Amino acid sequence: MPKPPRKVYTIMKKTRFAMLSLLALLGLFLLAGCNKKETSESQPAATPSAAPAPAATPIDQATVGSVSGAVKLDGAAPKTQKIDMSQDPACKGTNEAENVVADKDGLANVFVYVKDGLGNRTFDVPKDPVVLDQSGCRYHPHVLGVMAGQTVQIKNDDPTTHNIHPTPKDNREWNESQPPTAAPIEKSFAREEIMLPVKCNQHPWMKMYINVVKSPFYAVTGPGGKYEIKGLPPGDYTIAFVHEKLGEQDQKVTVGPKEAKTVDQSFKAGGM
Amino acid sequence: MSQSVLKKQIGFWAKEHVLKGITTSYNRRHHIFAVFTACFTFLVIVAGASVTSNDAGLSVPDWPTSFGYLVKVPHLVGGVRFEWSHRMVAGSLVVLTLAIAAWTLLVEKRSWLRQLALAALGTVIAQAILGGMTVLFFQPPAVSSAHAALAQTFFCIAVCIAMFTGQKWVEEVPRVEFDRRRPGLFTLTLLSIVVLYVQLILGAMFRHRGMSWWPHVAHALVVTVVLTWTAVRALSVYSKIEAVRKPALIMLSLMIAQLCLGFAAFLTRVAWGRDAVQPELPMVISTVAHVAVGALLLATTVVLSIQVWRHVPVAFEERVPGTERTPQAA
Repeated sequence: MPKPPRKVYTIMKKTRFAMLSLLALLGLFLLAGCNKKETSESQPAATPSAAPAPAATPIDQATVGSVSGAVKLDGAAPKTQKIDMSQDPACKGTNEAENVVADKDGLANVFVYVKDGLGNRTFDVPKDPVVLDQSGCRYHPHVLGVMAGQTVQIKNDDPTTHNIHPTPKDNREWNESQPPTAAPIEKSFAREEIMLPVKCNQHPWMKMYINVVKSPFYAVTGPGGKYEIKGLPPGDYTIAFVHEKLGEQDQKVTVGPKEAKTVDQSFKAGGM
Repeated sequence: MSQSVLKKQIGFWAKEHVLKGITTSYNRRHHIFAVFTACFTFLVIVAGASVTSNDAGLSVPDWPTSFGYLVKVPHLVGGVRFEWSHRMVAGSLVVLTLAIAAWTLLVEKRSWLRQLALAALGTVIAQAILGGMTVLFFQPPAVSSAHAALAQTFFCIAVCIAMFTGQKWVEEVPRVEFDRRRPGLFTLTLLSIVVLYVQLILGAMFRHRGMSWWPHVAHALVVTVVLTWTAVRALSVYSKIEAVRKPALIMLSLMIAQLCLGFAAFLTRVAWGRDAVQPELPMVISTVAHVAVGALLLATTVVLSIQVWRHVPVAFEERVPGTERTPQAA
């Protein structure tokens, strides 16, 4: 076999170098992916008993007030989007999306909470779980509020398998399957996070939002857009109104002793 | 003329000694099986694209088992249909690749082809591991994009094995025309592969929510320019060489189809489907077709590059003492 010219050796050398570079690139690619997940995986598991909770700051129940009101949609409500559930015969729910539920009375599924003004107060985490039900291949409720560390009990009342997959930014991500007759899944979220999306990858229209807050002062507007936050100690607060499509709007409010304040809010329909 | 005369040498010694140096015979069954494996790979790519387009990637939460079983058929509804089917065809592809690798090692005399078959096996195993990682780590964009890119790399390897085991490759005496233009056609085909690969990664990153859509759309212009340049050069200068003309024509046609599909995918996903409550059929069809044609385009460009390497070697010039010689194949 004749000896290859020097130039051919150079080409071979370059090819080898290119292949090694490609392999290194692939390795870096994988490393980047793994590192990203390791960061989120390294967060402590969100279990209520993981760390002893600090004692709750006492509130004088004789002076507490409340904030209530209505959230409206300023402008024409968008046409409700239809859902095609035909890919699973076991799904027999209402086939309308819940991303914007509004009528002339108000805007539903707005999460209202005290964003600022509570200072360093701490609050007892309720021992009762909040329930998230899967029924008719829909989540009930569509928007849920829960305190950090509080148990969320997830039930499946459908004759089909669902998978529950929260995709948080600040909490630990998980994805679990739940067959029709399975026991409820109990989970909790360790960190405050607003509009944490939850979805079912088996039924791609199934989406809902969990709002994890540090205080018990929150509410979710119902079909008429009404809400009420009770038991607020007197003080100056920022109330945040958060909608999955329309974003967040804040209002400042001062609550005096035993005062019942009304704080209404409206979202512009053009914000979608 | 000075003492140092201009001597033209052939820059493709390697081609003669690596690809044609060993006498080998055409094995029809082996070739048919290699073609079947390549076609099956295309099916797996389509199945994988359907999983992503239907947002069904995590509908089966465990891996390597599916709902606790390796092969038990689950209730095939919703996203499970796409994810489980993809896992099954991908698993079958691993078996096919194992078979083609073993067969190649047994019957093939060309050592580089045996190495390529082993590389195919390594690639498909790496691909399976990446697929598992996408499930276990909840689809990190980098891992999911690597999974998408490696799928098409494996498809190119499978197509190459099918081509190298083909009768035409084994038995034909290549018609050679030296390329003295700069940049050479071979360089252009390599550049085409690079820009297509970059485009594949940008597209995959966008599809897996790791990046905005605009880098993929902007780079489509670069891809169009480079591939058109390559195809025009191949068709205008080397149209007499069928092995170059055919893939160049197919590449050009696929590129036009891919641009149209890309536009359709942009409309159905980015412009119209942004607020869709679930994956809609026009979006699913256009995006899956965009991925599938993209895979065909990359594989065709790789084939063109190899055929150009074989038929249109670069003649490079070197000043060496001695008499002038005309370019010739070694």
